[in-house]
Amino acid sequence: MKRIISILLENESGALSRVVGLFSQRGYNIDTLTVAPTDDDTLSRLTLTTQGDDHMAEQIVKQLHKLIDTIKVVDLTEGAHIERELMLVKLKASDNDIRAEVKSCAEIFRGTIVDVTPNTYTVQLAGDSEKLDAFIEAVREIGIMEVVRSGVSGIARGDKFLRV
Amino acid sequence: MELLSGGDILIRALKDAGVKDVWGYPGGAALHIYDALYRQDDVFHILVRHEQAAVHAADGFSRATGEVGTALVTSGPGATNAITGIATAYMDSIPMVVISGQVPLSKIGQDAFQETDMVGVSRPIVKHSFLVTRAEDIAETIAKAYYIAATGRPGPVVVDIPKDVTDPSYKVAYEWPTETKMRSYQPTDKGHRGQIKRAVKTLLGAKRPVIYTGGGIVIDNAAEHLIALARKLNFPVTNTLMGLGGYPGTDRQYLGMLGMHGTYEANTAMHHADVIFAVGARFDDRVTNDLEKFCPHATIIHIDVDPTTVSKNIEAHIPIVGTCTSVLTEMLSIAEQLTLEPDAEALADWWQQIDQWRADKGIYTESRYEPSSGTCIKPQDVIKMLYKITEGEAIITSDVGQHQMFAAQYYLFDKPRMWINSGGLGTMGFGLPAAMGCKRAFPDTDVACVTGEGSIQMCIQELSTCTQHNLPVKIINLNNAALGMVRQWQDMNYSSRYSESVYEDSLPDFVKLAEAYGHVGMKITHLDELEEKMRECFAMKDRTVFMDICVDRSEHVYPMQVPGGSMRDLWLNKTERA
Repeated sequence: MKRIISILLENESGALSRVVGLFSQRGYNIDTLTVAPTDDDTLSRLTLTTQGDDHMAEQIVKQLHKLIDTIKVVDLTEGAHIERELMLVKLKASDNDIRAEVKSCAEIFRGTIVDVTPNTYTVQLAGDSEKLDAFIEAVREIGIMEVVRSGVSGIARGDKFLRV
Repeated sequence: MELLSGGDILIRALKDAGVKDVWGYPGGAALHIYDALYRQDDVFHILVRHEQAAVHAADGFSRATGEVGTALVTSGPGATNAITGIATAYMDSIPMVVISGQVPLSKIGQDAFQETDMVGVSRPIVKHSFLVTRAEDIAETIAKAYYIAATGRPGPVVVDIPKDVTDPSYKVAYEWPTETKMRSYQPTDKGHRGQIKRAVKTLLGAKRPVIYTGGGIVIDNAAEHLIALARKLNFPVTNTLMGLGGYPGTDRQYLGMLGMHGTYEANTAMHHADVIFAVGARFDDRVTNDLEKFCPHATIIHIDVDPTTVSKNIEAHIPIVGTCTSVLTEMLSIAEQLTLEPDAEALADWWQQIDQWRADKGIYTESRYEPSSGTCIKPQDVIKMLYKITEGEAIITSDVGQHQMFAAQYYLFDKPRMWINSGGLGTMGFGLPAAMGCKRAFPDTDVACVTGEGSIQMCIQELSTCTQHNLPVKIINLNNAALGMVRQWQDMNYSSRYSESVYEDSLPDFVKLAEAYGHVGMKITHLDELEEKMRECFAMKDRTVFMDICVDRSEHVYPMQVPGGSMRDLWLNKTERA
């Protein structure tokens, strides 16, 4: 099953490569990876998605914990959580019917058109990964020129939080 | 406050970290550091002949003493030559700091002369690594490096220092941190009390228990705790290859080593056990054989300081994360509080069964191989002779192969830190430099490197280091004129097609070679000479002696687990299976 793992990491050179290296070293796959400094710029927050059963997920969390730069690790999929991914899709949209269809699709999915040329529309969309997948399917026939996905960011619901 | 250059700061920091010896090899990027070494007397440097040996020697020192070993190498090839040594230490959880020179900061990434991304190359085989970018950071980094290397599950730490960071013309204030604290690194010490209590109750209820211990007992200096608990419970004990000496090898409760070349009694007892108490061991594939068939009746209690090790290969029913010493201490105190006693009747039956296994096919009850005679010297008998002559008191290092297994089986280690071998990585070439590290640590103790003519040639240049630094180790070369373990597998699995496992007539004259380095060489071809020559060898306290002993070329290591079987599925000799 899909796992969303959140990591609080020292914002130091080499720290990210240790996380990424761990996955290839131990034979785990990374489906998506997002990383950026937090409000405290000595800390990086990573969200990483992977596939695995309970045993593998436990090992991944423990192995990540073992890295010296890692401060906290949480498997978000163990509890209620929010998952968001940002996507930019550039679509061929030269004739009016298609332009209308793209606009309506974007509206249905609560996306925004962020760039317009005579021949293209670029749609920005945020949501969980399934929603983004669904949008891609909806506009596939229209003609996708380019898809850029940020990878998943996640946060636990409710009172739980990941902080030093 | 005193102002020092980066090079001087590094050496001062090593001194303040308690380092007395550094094993190393100079080169361009490390020259400021070497100049700083030259100008002081606190830290002693031992010049090796290859960087791999520097790391193995620091590793041997660490294994023998429990302290953190230190190696110093230059950038590029110096750093990459160190890699095998670092990987060896990593696999066996040996605390060590490896300092590597690096090209100047401004040259990093330029494909400069002797540039290698050491932090990148070593990443999968270190506990942690640092690239130091300012002289101001050296002292704190060194303090952290030694702290990380020695605590939790120990391991090697690399500190990569660009040349300009040690520039003698740039001086900064030196301050050794009084305390090392890291918010991201807080190793677990004490185990969960509730779990420990459950474990004690499970142990007290056991009818067919086995205590299975590994390198963790040795690394954590927990042998006394283990002995106290094992004796109190009257449980049988088996050690892994890395754990030898963690429990006395001559004790009645000791079953011998377990695993691929473990004893019949240890492996069979494991298979039939109802409770397996694993302490500081990691259920390695060379122990378990087929995981699906591993110990089908057993409740598993597993203590380890590293949470990733617990339930990694075998699911533990009672997992406990903590150091061996702290958890075993707590177990003893809980066992004393509880009014329960071990099941004496069940244990008596269990011991009767174990003694039966020992009598039937035990490795120490009677000889399980053809006796030596004349020019056919059995390698096992050489180890037995070594044990006899050193009275079991020598530090034995080994290389990798058949000789390693014979040494592990037939030299009975009564104390920890006497058996020094590359168990996890299986590094040929480890034995001689590791012996140098041990000899340096314990100059008054006999140190013997049990090796083969294959392994010894991988670091034989260190005979020169032994000369320069007066390290009188004894080399016990079990010369069967072949890569013995490779050949054994070729005999067993490849219809004796000896692909590249023999040297034809290319082996050197080891006696002359030893003499060329200024040492004593001996060649033994007849059983009658063995004892006398070996006594002579160990009587020469201040000489490095190379004993080239021609042993039976066809001998195999037994017992040997049958691939894909359970623990008890063993070849006992070339034709008999258990």
